[in-house]
Amino acid sequence: MNLRRPGATAQRVLGQLRNDPRTIALLLVVPSALMGLLAWIVSEEDFDQYGPPLLGIFPLIVMFLVTSVATLRERSSGTLERLLTMPISKADFVFGYAVAFGAFAIVQALVVSGLSFGIFDLDVRGSGWLLVLVAVVDALLGTGMGLFVSAFAATEFQAVQFMPAFILPQLLLCGIITPRDELPTALQWVSDVLPMSYAVDATQQVMISATATAEFWRSIAVVAGFMVLALSGGAATLRRRTT
Amino acid sequence: MATQSSAITVENLQVVRGGKPVIADLTVEVPRGQVVGLLGPSGSGKSTLIRAIVGVQIVAGGTVVVLGESAGAPSLRDRVAYVTQSPSVYSDLSVVANLRYFADILGAPRSDVDRVLHEVDLTEYADRRVMRLSGGQISRVSLGVALLGKPEVLVLDEPTVGLDPLLRRDLWALFHRLAQQGITLLVSSHVMDEASRCDRLMLLRSGELLAFGTFAELLQQTGTSDIEQAFLRLVEGDAA
Repeated sequence: MNLRRPGATAQRVLGQLRNDPRTIALLLVVPSALMGLLAWIVSEEDFDQYGPPLLGIFPLIVMFLVTSVATLRERSSGTLERLLTMPISKADFVFGYAVAFGAFAIVQALVVSGLSFGIFDLDVRGSGWLLVLVAVVDALLGTGMGLFVSAFAATEFQAVQFMPAFILPQLLLCGIITPRDELPTALQWVSDVLPMSYAVDATQQVMISATATAEFWRSIAVVAGFMVLALSGGAATLRRRTT
Repeated sequence: MATQSSAITVENLQVVRGGKPVIADLTVEVPRGQVVGLLGPSGSGKSTLIRAIVGVQIVAGGTVVVLGESAGAPSLRDRVAYVTQSPSVYSDLSVVANLRYFADILGAPRSDVDRVLHEVDLTEYADRRVMRLSGGQISRVSLGVALLGKPEVLVLDEPTVGLDPLLRRDLWALFHRLAQQGITLLVSSHVMDEASRCDRLMLLRSGELLAFGTFAELLQQTGTSDIEQAFLRLVEGDAA
């Protein structure tokens, strides 16, 4: 596989991000501040329970938003149409975005979890590095979903509204608010097919077990599966020919 | 099928958008190594025809063959360059970052970036972000992207809108230099006075080809002294 085109695309996307320092600051400061706020308002026990899932959910939401707006901009500015008349494959394009936002997600996860463990006294049995891994896989899932939904948004207003539509139901059903086995049966089935349920489950495994459990890896694998699905779905929405 | 001498062959092209025919039944053959002007009022189907030639338009019927391949074929992606009407470049990146990115995608050497900056006269703005440029400068960045690599066919949708006369003259000179190297250029414009700068003209109205020929031929055919008149004569003749 030739990496020149996805590499150039990732570099270009990161270049655009670098030219927008306020967005970078928001992407790093907002989740950090929210974790700090949570640590401040809840008991230490509750923070240890709710903190780790949030470490996984932030990158998912943030990358979902960033990607859906970024790709919508590519679609409406004509740069996507221009690119697709050139020798770049849809996979190159999607892969470039995934690499750029994945790289940024690593930085974000390191900053937010570093502060959470170092200053806000977050405590988990397992390794904090596993939480960073969850955060990065979640970020890539968010990138894939954002890429996919941007195809169905005609305006940036619509793209932003997909966030509550796609993310909030998952947040309600992922097991943070009510444990999944206490949900009504029908909702348990729904919860079983939503990626965030597995993202949260992976973080909960890190909370309760000193070593990475089989269930942890299974959950990571499920999230990674959804990520591949979302990225492929996103690639499938790119059209070389339009009306 | 296309002969070796023709760059673009359009046969019985039909494009329907929103249930309405935008191009009804268009047939035309563009020879290689010429600057061909595509003239017509706004809404005449110029952009649609251009999109069909580049292969980004879903067509309802007919064939479009470019350099012997079906329009939009993968093998044409680095041989046909396309500039859309509204500039399609990244406004949050610098001029040079835009050119470098598209050069990488096309597999063009990095030295192309300097050549193109010079050709579109943007060398002194190379490091400026596109969003800080004027409209005319932005459309030159977009044009510059199309000059990267070694395109054999350049399809330009209104590339000279909003440019000062001096620059327009320079760009037309560039177009003719490129044509002398064997590159085929299809340039659309709604400004009729650009007609005399083209080797050959296509007059389009309501998705129909009114006329195709050299500037002199069209004037002679219609017995008029300028292209605006010729256009009117053709439309009225059409109606009669």
